Amino acid sequence: MKVGLFIPCYIDQFYPNVAIATLKLLEKVGCEVAYPLQQTCCGQPMANSGFEHLTGGCNENFVRNFADFDYIVSPSGSCTLHIKHHLHSTNEEAATGIRSRIYELTEFLTDVLNVTALDATFPYKVGLHQSCHGQRGLHLAQMSELVVSPPFSKPVQLLNLVNGIELIQLDRRDECCGFGGTFCVTEEAVSVKMGKDRVADHLRHGVNYITGVDVSCLMHMEGILKRANSAVKVKHIAEILTATL
Amino acid sequence: MNKQLILDHADAAVEFNKNEAKVDWHDETLWFVRTKRDRAVAQIPEWEQLREAASQIKNHVLSNMHDLLIQFEENAIRNGIKIHWAADGDEHNAIVLDIIKQAGATRMVKSKSMLTEECHLNKYLIDNGIEVIDSDLGERIVQMRNEPPSHIVLPAIHLTKAEVGETFHEHLGTDKGATDPQYLTEAARQHLRETFLTRKVALTGVNFAIAETGGFVVCTNEGNADMGAHLADVHIAAMGFEKIIPRAEHLGVFLRLLARSATGQPITTFSSHFHRPRPGQEMHIVIVDNGRSRQLGRPDFRNSLKCIRCAACLNTCPVYRRSGGFSYHSAVAGPIGSILAPNLDMKKNADLPFASTLCGSCSNVCPVKIDIHDQLYKWRQVLMREGYGPGSKTVAMKAMATVLESPRLYRMAGKVGRGVLRFAPITVENGLNPWYNQREMPEPPAESFHDWYVNHKKA
Amino acid sequence: MTTRDQMLASIKANQPAMRPIPAQFTFTSVYPDLTQQFIDILTFVGGAALIVPDFAAIRASLQTQFPNMTSVATTCDELADLADVTMNVSDPHELSGLNLAIIEGPLAVAENAAIWVDERQLPQRVAPMITQYLVIIIRQSTIVPNMHDAYKLLKVDETGFGTFICGPSKTADIEQSLVIGAHGARSLMVYILP
Repeated sequence: MKVGLFIPCYIDQFYPNVAIATLKLLEKVGCEVAYPLQQTCCGQPMANSGFEHLTGGCNENFVRNFADFDYIVSPSGSCTLHIKHHLHSTNEEAATGIRSRIYELTEFLTDVLNVTALDATFPYKVGLHQSCHGQRGLHLAQMSELVVSPPFSKPVQLLNLVNGIELIQLDRRDECCGFGGTFCVTEEAVSVKMGKDRVADHLRHGVNYITGVDVSCLMHMEGILKRANSAVKVKHIAEILTATL
Repeated sequence: MNKQLILDHADAAVEFNKNEAKVDWHDETLWFVRTKRDRAVAQIPEWEQLREAASQIKNHVLSNMHDLLIQFEENAIRNGIKIHWAADGDEHNAIVLDIIKQAGATRMVKSKSMLTEECHLNKYLIDNGIEVIDSDLGERIVQMRNEPPSHIVLPAIHLTKAEVGETFHEHLGTDKGATDPQYLTEAARQHLRETFLTRKVALTGVNFAIAETGGFVVCTNEGNADMGAHLADVHIAAMGFEKIIPRAEHLGVFLRLLARSATGQPITTFSSHFHRPRPGQEMHIVIVDNGRSRQLGRPDFRNSLKCIRCAACLNTCPVYRRSGGFSYHSAVAGPIGSILAPNLDMKKNADLPFASTLCGSCSNVCPVKIDIHDQLYKWRQVLMREGYGPGSKTVAMKAMATVLESPRLYRMAGKVGRGVLRFAPITVENGLNPWYNQREMPEPPAESFHDWYVNHKKA
Repeated sequence: MTTRDQMLASIKANQPAMRPIPAQFTFTSVYPDLTQQFIDILTFVGGAALIVPDFAAIRASLQTQFPNMTSVATTCDELADLADVTMNVSDPHELSGLNLAIIEGPLAVAENAAIWVDERQLPQRVAPMITQYLVIIIRQSTIVPNMHDAYKLLKVDETGFGTFICGPSKTADIEQSLVIGAHGARSLMVYILP
């Protein structure tokens, strides 16, 4: 199976370790992974700002890079969701194919590869931030608003395979952190307040690390933690799933 | 375009957030309502099917609106109710004033009606010499303070009991410093009893209008709509035309959903079905458009008209809870208000669809399954395409798109950008990046993943 | 064109293609004991209920609950002796001094403790709201599981006015603190006959 690795622009530029961990994780579970070198961005920064009509170039570039893979996998629920919902192209057949074959990392591991064992160790108290686009857009976990059973969470299912990890329960298990793309600067006051409240929920439960499936949310919370000189760190879930002592 | 307009919600939110303790209190209070809602709906195993049924009934209503309204009118007239049609808020207000004058009255008691807030009825009547008293406790509180409601179900949710105590001390003569809700509510009860007993005209809203029977349903917990209507010689019920439902049996679906979604109650204390005026009474219904038929014609936005005004989307919205109802500068605040308001005035409300992280919780709690967060996204597209964004934002977005669609420019910008972080999408809005006010940016790494991959994998 | 015709024309032009009413919009609720479910919910919303064998038991209970109360009215012939005033007035304002109204409810709903009353039970529509205290007498055999069942049995326009009453009037408009007795009755006592 040929897997195309889609690394969102801000991970490429600011969090290369998350991309490296994702690549290693996929190779470890037996995938043949390629990273198309001409990839850039999913176009979401423009689209969520009301400028979806400016994303044609990004879309065409995305299709050029990823049309030929069996699966496209990305360590971001948000960018995956954007492609799934909004990728269109002059080659619409290729775009439709990509929309149906793109997966966020954890859902790819649980739903396509049925991963049931991981050789990883991370002996810390960890809080999972359920990023909204992964949660409510891709249904990575049961949503607190809906009356559905039984409960499930794809990221938790994977984190439970990690040796030594202690996952804490949050008071509000799937409240938004307030990153929200350009919202984080256009609505700075509310964005930061939401972030502080999310971080406080994790801190109340004594975490060492906050993890999640979206680096954007983690970057926002990391920014708040750092400003407060907190010892608590953020790690993308791929880094924990590949962690060794 | 005027940047000030775009920043309206954000600016108001900055003000609201200057008192962080109050923000925490507001957030916790509304989150408490959300948890009550969660507990109530968890007791109904068929909850999601009920939502689906409600959604489909409302879809039918939107598609059959013309015939249902005619059927409703016919049956209501047969029931002895007078029907009035109002194209906009002004016409609605004029009709109400005319009915009051015909009754020879100069005072009116009113129960909760978001429609009359939307039409600014109170101001109009007062300007025309009519005294209006809002009888819902929360609405009475904000009316005394000369404020609009900050929430469509809990109008005074932005106020602490100390603030209410002060207002009542000033207006109702309660003891100075008194804050006990029981005591304050009793004072309002006495004051409003006198009002109910002395007003000849009462206005109520309408929760549901039944085409099949020509009657309407009004839901309250306090009993204020009933007290007003049953004691008045003239009862005026004001409704947006979208309140129509086909048959009485459909109320089974909506009354099971409404109060549970709103406050976590199994049903409101009173769900009153009005079909005929009582002997000697006049009953009027004013059916209002005010932009609704225009919204009905927008395929992407028409199903916002399915709303039953439960406010579940406000209570669950992490932004609403931390920016307050007034930050939405619209009669209906919160996520639902943000998809309704641009239809009324795109320029004035261009900021509202951006007052969201698109987290999607609003759509999940909506009892009639309005795709609220998708509509927020779609309104953003419409508003920017039609030029309601600031010019600087358009320029920045065009520049960003040019960089992001070109692998070569993207990598070049990255090399420069990692040093000064100029390239990050979140910094494009302006030079003085608000990110840094209360947050740090990540340490820029030595190389991008792209460069690492080329160095390690291709070698 | 009148406003009416303009509005209707605009609506007709803008409404989408016909969508059907869904095939399923009623659901079945199963409770092991309908009466107990009704009582539990009524208690939850601030009301109180008592299962009684007959009107004599209701009378005895009322005399303990509301000793020496005046301005009492009832529509139940069996309890007529407890009343000193009537709800059969031509002007509803005459009920402003009513302390206790005792009425019958022909239909009750287990899922939400709502009781239907209409003008067959209410000589004046305002009676159950304007009274200081409210008592409703229902029969176990008329408790249905949910609202769908209730609407199947009801003809909502049989009389000019009808309402579902669920508990005493209440408000939480001051800081979300629940206060029983907003504008309507300060308490609701429900007697459940066999």
